[in-house]
Parts: sequence; C-alpha cells; structure tokens
Amino acid sequence: MPRAERSMVPDATPTSYYGHPILKAPVWKWPIPTYLFTGGLAAGTALVGAGAHAGGNRLLARRASLGTLGAVAVSGGLLVKDLGRPSRFHHMLRVVKPTSPMSVGTWIFSAFSAAAGATAGAELLAGRGKRSRRGARALGGAGLGRPAGRGLWPALAGAGHLATAGLAPALATYTGVLLADTAVPAWHGARHELPFVFAGGAAASGGALGVLLAGGGPGPSERGARPRRLAVAGSILEVGAGQVMRRRLGELGEPYHQGVAAILSRGSHVATLVGGAALAGAGAFGAGVFGAGTTGRGARRLDVAGSAFILAGAALERFAVFHAGRQSASDPKYVVGPQRRRLVPSAAPA
Amino acid sequence: MTLLAGGSGGGGAGGYGSQERMGFFTDTSVCIGCKACEVACKEWNDVPADGLNFLGTSYDNTGALGADTWRHVAFIEQPDGGAGGAEGAGVGGMRWLMSSDVCKHCTSAACLEVCPTGALFRTEFGTVVVQEDICNGCGYCVPACPFGVIDQREGDGRVWKCTLCYDRLRGAQKPACAQACPTESIVFGPLDQLREQARGRVEDLHTAGCDSARLYGADPADGVGGFGAFFLLLDEPETYGLPPDPVSTTRDLGAMWKAAAAAAGSLVAMAALAAFPGRRRRGR
Repeated sequence: MPRAERSMVPDATPTSYYGHPILKAPVWKWPIPTYLFTGGLAAGTALVGAGAHAGGNRLLARRASLGTLGAVAVSGGLLVKDLGRPSRFHHMLRVVKPTSPMSVGTWIFSAFSAAAGATAGAELLAGRGKRSRRGARALGGAGLGRPAGRGLWPALAGAGHLATAGLAPALATYTGVLLADTAVPAWHGARHELPFVFAGGAAASGGALGVLLAGGGPGPSERGARPRRLAVAGSILEVGAGQVMRRRLGELGEPYHQGVAAILSRGSHVATLVGGAALAGAGAFGAGVFGAGTTGRGARRLDVAGSAFILAGAALERFAVFHAGRQSASDPKYVVGPQRRRLVPSAAPA
Repeated sequence: MTLLAGGSGGGGAGGYGSQERMGFFTDTSVCIGCKACEVACKEWNDVPADGLNFLGTSYDNTGALGADTWRHVAFIEQPDGGAGGAEGAGVGGMRWLMSSDVCKHCTSAACLEVCPTGALFRTEFGTVVVQEDICNGCGYCVPACPFGVIDQREGDGRVWKCTLCYDRLRGAQKPACAQACPTESIVFGPLDQLREQARGRVEDLHTAGCDSARLYGADPADGVGGFGAFFLLLDEPETYGLPPDPVSTTRDLGAMWKAAAAAAGSLVAMAALAAFPGRRRRGR
C-alpha cells in the first residue's frame, strides 16, 4: 500500500519545531538509577550467597543472604519513593501484563523479595546453632559439596538460596528491557546490549560485596575467592558490553560523550577497571603467585579497595546510562535524524 | 435515573451503538491558528493552567503538548515559503503553517502497552484513556510515547493526556475541540470515514496545485499501526515538531526479552564458573 506521504529529498540537517524536544524525557529522578544499581547488587549478592551455600561457606552464605535482603529492601523503598503517588504503589499488583516490562519486573521483584526475606530469616535461625557456626568458620570456603548442615532451618535456607539465585538473573536483566522498551533513542538503540551491561554490573557489584562480606583474617583470599572471581568476570562484562553498546549506538551514543553522562561514563569505566584489576591482584596474591609471604594484610587491603571501586563503578554506570538516555530524548536531532534515514530508503523505490 | 435510561452499560453509548472506532482528522490546511480548540479543551476537561509564558518564537506561547495541554496549536513562520516553495506563499514569499496537535490515540499505543497498573486502557471508541483513580504515577508511559504527548502533572504525580473527550463521546457529543473549531480543521468521526475524506482532501489540494499536502498517520502499516487522530500536513512532520517515522517500541519486545535471556544466561555462567574454581584449577 503506497504511503500518502510524498517521498522528498532528505534535509541535510534535521529540522524541528523551534528546536523543542519531540519526546518527553523520562520523569524519573535519582531513585530509579539508584535502584538499577541496588537491584543488580541484590541479584549479584544472591548469586554469591547461593554459591557460598553450595560450597559450604556457611558464614558467607548467611552474610550474603542478609546483604541481599538489605539491597532488596532499599530497592523497594526507592521504587515506591519515585512514584508520583507512592500511596498507590500496590496498584502495580492489580494486573499481570506481559506487554509491560515494568509489570513483569514488579512480579520478578516481588518474588525475589519474598525469597530473599525467607532465605535471610532461615539463615538467621539456622545460624543460632553455635556448633554449626563454629564449624563453618573453621572450614572456611574450602570443602566443595559439603552438606550445609542438618535440620529444618538449614534445609529451608538452602531452598531459599536456590530460589533467590534462580530469580536473580531475571532481576538483574529485566531492567535492560524496561529502559529499552521506550522511545528514548539512546535506550531503545541499545536494546541488544543493555541487559548485558546490567548483568555485568550485577555480577561485579554482587561479587564485590561478597568479597567485603567474606571478611579478612587468615587466608582471606581463599575465603573470598568465589565472589572475587565473580566480581572480576562481571567487571569485564560490564565494561566490555558498555563499550560495545556505546560504539554500536553510533550517533545515538554521542550523549555518552557529552555533559553529565560523559563524566559519569568515564568515571564508571575507570573505577570498574581499577577495581577489577585490584581484585585480580588480590586473587593473585592469595594464589601465591608472588610468593607465599605476600598473602594476608596486603591482599585484604587490595580486596577492600578493589571492591569499593567496583561498587562505585557499577553505580556510576547506571547513572551514566540514565543521563545519556535523558540527554538523547531532549535533543530532537536524535529523534528526527535516524527516523528520517529509515524512512527515505523505504520510500525511494515506491 | 435518567442517566441509566440514556445510555449506560459500557458499549452502546448514545448514537454510537455500532462502536465504530472514532477519531480526529486534523486538516492543517484550513487551520487559522485561533486556538479555540486549546481553550475549549481546557474548559471542558478542567485542565489546569500551564503557565503564562512568552516563548518569543512565534504566535505560539503554549509550546508543546503536556499534562496540562491536550491540544496545542503550532505556529510556523517560513520566510522562504518552506518545503512547498512558492506555492503556499503569501505576501513577500512568507508562509504560515498552523496545526493543532493532539494525542494520536495510536492503534498500537506504547503508553497503554507499557502501563504496569492498567490505568491506561482502550475505550469502546478505540481511544486511549488514563483512569485517574488507578494511575500511581510510575511515569513509564512518558518516555514510551514516541510523540512526547503524555506527561506527569507536577504536584499531582499522575499522568494526563487527551481523552478524546470520553465523557462527551458517551453522551453522543463531539469532543470539545472539534465542536469549537470554526474552520472544521478538526474533524471528528468514524476513523474509516475520516481516512476516506482525508484522501479526497489531499487529491483536491494536489489538483489545486498544493503539492506539499500529505497525510500523516493515516497508514495502518506505519510503526504505530496508524493513528486514531491523524493529520493533513503541508510540510515534513518534523517541521511541526512531530516524529517522521514514529514506532511503538513494544513491537521489538520479543527481541528485547531474548537479549535479556542471553544476558541472564551469561550471569548464570559467570556465577557457575566462579563457584567451581577448584575443579578448573585442578584440571590444569
């Protein structure tokens, strides 16, 4: 069916109505990018907790379950705070709507919160038995496949870890779909990469928190070995997917190099790379790469500093994505230019 | 209870028993920029003031559609006669374009599709309306709209936009803007009829030598499945502040969830590799 619109020679520079934005920039404020961080943190920490539980590191499993619950509680508060009508937050639960990533996300978040709460509760009750606690501490992170303890609460905690870890990947990545399913040019244009950026950020930040929670003392490197590896892998994915996203966006990636988004973007990648390198270094110390005498306090300091950098980097990346999106929506050239180019070739043969 | 006798019961309100899809055809070639539509809309729908602004660009001091502006008359001054060349030019080669913008009531409405509460819904007239008692102000519809129509009202927190006068339609009345329009630039009616009428109007204009006339949003095959409120324009859409090829992004939702699933898989893989390092190391 031929279009009623006449095919025209495209303008050299896209015009607009007195330079007014065509789109409305997202009305979301700081709680939303902060949630993108804390939600990912909750997901990553849940994976750390499940890994520690499976590996028999009872201490880290319990601490991670509490960390997950803390991150998820903060997330819920942020989400409610950003609503125009916070008292109506429960209206989110009146429908299940597959066409709305926010509705799907609400249900993922709700299920995850319930699982995280149950896991933390069961872990606390299971941890009341002093014997198992001392045993866990003595065994540290060693003993793969060691049973996590007997009784009702440890069994419940195990099931809880499994449930939260099962929901964690969905919680970490649905936000990529949520942002991409908008008319915001820098978000919709990054629909293939955003979930990977957020998955990387979740692994990096969750792993970093896991390293901090694993604690110091003798043999710290072994105790925090699993979360450290997760953090390093996550850092690589976060920065790598972030770079691919910025390149593939082409013109739409310009906002990442302009204004507030540019500062956040650069800061994020520097912090994540520094943090990832520090944790990799701490891991190398622990593995005795630099000789047996180099473990201990130095490695722990690297662990703490590296984790702090990774957490900061993951948070900054979410704010960079958020601000780049706002900036791209506010400039009509990112709306008109790409649409005009996509329209003209299709109109030409007709 | 005359209300009940009149036309309650969801569907068959007033004279629209067949429940045809209703819409607007805004013919900007006869718009005189009087802004009666803006005023009528405000009055009927009790829309709050949107500021006493002086934008300093043209006779338009409203600027754009928003939570408190459901009809917006754009006013474009083209010193060189614009895209239409001299054809539409008046004295001194100057051309004025005026156009009353409104919510497009898309066939595939992104705002409605992403709304997580069900506050946005499709009426029996095929229009898209916000239920003000349901909206919790999540703001997702705002960046979802490819036209920048719907917005959050400050101090209220909820989102607002044109309802195509849902209440008047149920009472078998024209929307307020169409009722007030003195030149019939805003035509209200069944969408099928409007599309036919609009095609005829474009032909007439082309015959009369106005080659720049074109329809915007009348094609059901476009990115939003056709507008419920479409336009006859005399220049490119972007000249009026409209996107040239709007798309409801939910049409790519499947691809987006696939990307998320792959990313979720990568997260699981990372966690699994990190959790079983001993084996890998021993294997070396």
